[in-house]
Amino acid sequence: MSFATMLKELLTGLATSFGIFALTLLFSLPLGLVVAFGRMSKNKIISAITQVYISIMRGTPLMLQLLVVFYGPYYMFGISLHPTYRFISVIIGFSLNYAAYFAEIYRGGIESIPKGQYEAAQVLCYTKSQCFGKIILPQVIKRITPAVTNEVITLIKDTSLAFTLSIPEMFTNAKAIAAAEKSMVAFVAAGIFYYIFNLVVATVMRKIEKSMEYYN
Amino acid sequence: MSVFEIKNARKSFGDLEVLKDISVSVEKGEIVSIIGPSGSGKSTFLRCATMLERLDGGTLTYSGHTVAEDKDGKAVYLKNNELRKYYSEFGLVFQNFNLFPHYNVMKNITDPLLTSKKATPKEAEEIGKKLLEKMGLSDKADYYPCQLSGGQQQRVSIARALAMNSNILFFDEPTSALDPELTGDILRVIKSLAAEKMTMVIVTHEIEFARSVSDRVIFMSDGVIVEEGAPDDVILNPKNERTKAFLKKFEEI
Ligand SMILES: Nc1ncnc2c1ncn2[C@@H]1O[C@H](COP(=O)(O)OP(=O)(O)OP(=O)(O)O)[C@@H](O)[C@H]1O
Ligand SMILES: [Mg+2]
Repeated sequence: MSFATMLKELLTGLATSFGIFALTLLFSLPLGLVVAFGRMSKNKIISAITQVYISIMRGTPLMLQLLVVFYGPYYMFGISLHPTYRFISVIIGFSLNYAAYFAEIYRGGIESIPKGQYEAAQVLCYTKSQCFGKIILPQVIKRITPAVTNEVITLIKDTSLAFTLSIPEMFTNAKAIAAAEKSMVAFVAAGIFYYIFNLVVATVMRKIEKSMEYYN
Repeated sequence: MSVFEIKNARKSFGDLEVLKDISVSVEKGEIVSIIGPSGSGKSTFLRCATMLERLDGGTLTYSGHTVAEDKDGKAVYLKNNELRKYYSEFGLVFQNFNLFPHYNVMKNITDPLLTSKKATPKEAEEIGKKLLEKMGLSDKADYYPCQLSGGQQQRVSIARALAMNSNILFFDEPTSALDPELTGDILRVIKSLAAEKMTMVIVTHEIEFARSVSDRVIFMSDGVIVEEGAPDDVILNPKNERTKAFLKKFEEI
């Protein structure tokens, strides 16, 4: 295999890795907010359920969760799913897992906003949802961005776990190439790509943080 | 007709009875100061008056509209969607300002107008400009709260409350969080509002200020109104022993 072919395969894999990364964020960031609301709910049952959910998601390996999402429907209910379900189950597994982490970050952020902000908004006739959307959430986002950045960077590296379900993302491809060629080159190249991916994301996140530094 | 009336107000936190049968009525243009020792229930009274807390018992009325009625000793409030209409009856100035830190000074004043008063951006901006000028903060419109002194922040928060154009303004120790040299600024602003006959209820530890600005002074202690009347009567010639003791402590300071 030529060096160019190898790079091409790795980059195709990288595109898939990026797909997993972007779709996971797209679903888990909003879902995390919903879970955070559940966790903070005054309804004891809802709060207990979300607490258990968060604890399972954070307390068991993501790899295991991916396997359960993928094989679960067949083993438990005998449903055989379309081949595309392989990729879909990766997105479901990642989103459910990361939503749990994001939920705890959101909760910490929301609980750190002083009560006076809600009270001022109430006296100024904001509705509850106006208060949350215009007053609370922007401040929460500023406070949690550093913690979210950590998770996002972990997610980049975690996308390699999709190899568990034989998704042709970068790590899966690198492993295949290394085995066929009996050479480390593919691993080194993949490492460099992951690193660059991380660097780009970290820079973007830093920009976002900076854009909110006009107040404290 | 009173702008604000609270009758037989009762409020407890757990076993602690904080308000015990308090009744206060404020007429249009009247300025009422509330003084009293720490923990006597002054903030709780204001928080009940502004619906940040709910009364256990009693009635609450704004300009003749009853929002909470006493039924068998229990305060029964209007449904939430009904109640909302009456939030615009009053404004509240907090001890620690509670400005919105992510909005600049102008936006702190205009956003509530745009959000809940459905003002047009142009109207809101004009109101904002006028009030900032009045507060001597015209040059600070683009500043963020964190770039202002405490006194300036409190003036912004007063402007923000005034912009809502409510019938009555409540102040909870508006100068307590400020350095002594900045309290004068705020007291002057409140005096200028008094000159314009703004209806106000002011909780304060500034006894001399209360005497000079108010039409009526209420002395509260342990959740009851111990004494009330003309400022000179209550502050210079208190009749009740508890009032005397409280004012004596102030003289000593
Ligand atoms: N949310 C609450 N939960 C429990 N107790 C409370 C609560 N708010 C106030 N209290 C108690 O009620 C009493 C009256 O408090 P309040 O803040 O109304 O006093 P205050 O007259 O404003 O005092 P200060 O002059 O120190 O501001 C205090 O004993 C206080 O601890
Ligand atoms: Mg108080």
